[in-house]
Amino acid sequence: MQSLVIVAHGSHLNPESSAPTYDHADTIRATGAFDEVRTGFWKEEPHFREVLRTVEGDEIYVVPLFVSEGYFTEQVIPRELRLAGWDVSEWDSDGLSADQATLVAEDIDREVHYCGPVGTHRAMTDVIVRRAESVTDDPDVGEGFGLAVVGHGTERNENSAKAIEYHADRIAERDRFDEVKALYMDEDPEVDDLPEHFESDDVVLVPLFIADGYHTQEDIPEDVGLCEDHTEGYDVPETVDGTRIWYAGAVGTEPLMADVVLERAADAGADLGTALDDVRETTRVATGD
Amino acid sequence: MAEPTSDATDEGEASGDAPETDPEAPEIDLPADAFDAVLDALDDRDPGEPLRFEGFSVERDDEGEYVLADGDSSTPLDERDLHEELSERAPAVTDWYAFERVVGEFGPRRAFLRWIEDADGETVATRYAALAEGIERAWGELKITATVTDRGERRYDVRHADDAGVPVDELEAHEDPLDARKLVTYDEKGRYRPLKTAPSLAGGWVFPDLGPRDLYETVETIYPATVANWHREREGGLDVTHWRETMERQSGIYGVVKTWDRGEGHEHVNWVAEACCDDSQCLKRREWEYDDETDLDVDGGDGAFPCREPCSVVVSAARKWTRLESEQPRTYEFDLTPSEKEQVEAIIDAVADGRIDEIREADTKEGANRYRTRFLRAKLFDDEGNLGGVPTEPDEE
Repeated sequence: MQSLVIVAHGSHLNPESSAPTYDHADTIRATGAFDEVRTGFWKEEPHFREVLRTVEGDEIYVVPLFVSEGYFTEQVIPRELRLAGWDVSEWDSDGLSADQATLVAEDIDREVHYCGPVGTHRAMTDVIVRRAESVTDDPDVGEGFGLAVVGHGTERNENSAKAIEYHADRIAERDRFDEVKALYMDEDPEVDDLPEHFESDDVVLVPLFIADGYHTQEDIPEDVGLCEDHTEGYDVPETVDGTRIWYAGAVGTEPLMADVVLERAADAGADLGTALDDVRETTRVATGD
Repeated sequence: MAEPTSDATDEGEASGDAPETDPEAPEIDLPADAFDAVLDALDDRDPGEPLRFEGFSVERDDEGEYVLADGDSSTPLDERDLHEELSERAPAVTDWYAFERVVGEFGPRRAFLRWIEDADGETVATRYAALAEGIERAWGELKITATVTDRGERRYDVRHADDAGVPVDELEAHEDPLDARKLVTYDEKGRYRPLKTAPSLAGGWVFPDLGPRDLYETVETIYPATVANWHREREGGLDVTHWRETMERQSGIYGVVKTWDRGEGHEHVNWVAEACCDDSQCLKRREWEYDDETDLDVDGGDGAFPCREPCSVVVSAARKWTRLESEQPRTYEFDLTPSEKEQVEAIIDAVADGRIDEIREADTKEGANRYRTRFLRAKLFDDEGNLGGVPTEPDEE
């Protein structure tokens, strides 16, 4: 029996925090690739500490719905899941290449496949592009457009910037958008000065965050100048200093994220049948008439 | 807000009130899937290895015929005869099918569904008679009513206990257990519920006709991991992690909480438990203590399901208190009338007990009444919002 456990941060204050986790779990359930799909949280229930005891299966894949390798994926989750003998060297990662480690979870005395975070998977690049398609409602968006991938800088987590650069570079290599830039909230190049970094009249701004919350709904819109105060709201696109900014909100809310969760499990050995194709098909942006 | 439900093991006894003797089970037809499952189970067994039901067993002999052993009698049967014999014993056969094939082995699910009808304590006949009337169980704020169809299938109605007796068509009916996620997100006033086991579950909905597995999933969605922990406790294996151990484990922004334990007693943890873990705040029964040698002095509550370690809400609040409690007390001097002192107490009580919305706008007898409180503020606060005009920091004077 094959089980998927998606672990995410969650929130004591904001119900939107766990919404993408539930949405992607539902998408994956609908594929039937797993006998069960469970969700566990740091700030909601079931907690990381107790989620594994709700799991029935014997082939268990744990996929962290986090954007980068760091404190949560390397310390908090392994500790709270009680992965025996965990050491970050199990992943042998350069900050981007964590794939999976198979360890016994002491809570249930069964092996689990502990996967790398979704945010650093190569398939995440496609989700960022898909997010640009969604927010512009154009499955062919690219020509005449710039794309800004935005995240925290290194102040909070060195690997956060690595993930942003990694995806921005990969998208740039595709020559689809006129310009692709990695921007940061707390270091240069800063998202506050977005129009200065682009020549294009239209720029899609995709924050590499799992869920909408304070950073994506308050911080970034205000910093970029989409609005004076987030409570006023803003249009998509919104023109700032002559640049039309298409603000996408958290990339993690994009339905194609379910694909990255599946990719992580597949890389760790899960048997998915046609689920990957199914998810790519069911989550795509409709082409117009 | 609903009263917290008391211990389900006391309250949730079978309410079918079946007579002590000679309970009459309802008429049950043996469904084809149950009979086929029996044949499959016998196929999987070696000849002579019995498949046991309540009161009888069936095995295959070396010739491939079936042998039904019921008391002293033992009858060889072909498949048609076996069907006839099993049809006469349909309650026992469907009971086997329900638990061995529908519910399955997974420990928490199986134990929970067996507990609902006391399957480890009562006979099939007694249970089926009680199920025919409806067996009611409490789980947190949930009321679960188990029934049986004329094919021996269990069906369950789940709703808020406050909605007991309300006709299904007057409630919002659901079929998919995952729908429960939306039901638990907000309380009756539309406020986000950060703690699923808080006694603030809104009512007005029903899952009127769930099968056993979906019942378990629904309960798991409304009260995550409560069945698993309750099951471990029943099996004698609940892994309780006490306060000290939990705080020692914290890191990052929560690492500071371990400094709150200074080897000077556990009164601060009593206050935490009284603030956060009381039955009025959380329906889990607190089983964790200060450490494995030092119990807290406040009651752990009466919930059906245990709390095995301080939860993330408690850890987050403890982080705040660790900082606040590092301050040293000072003496502030300001004057209050006796009624004003009592009013301050009444305001604290009203906020702590979540009563402010119950206090009527014109009820100036209540200390925490809004007009009374605004009057107190108008009278006692200076322009900077200092009570009695006394600055918080002495050097602000």
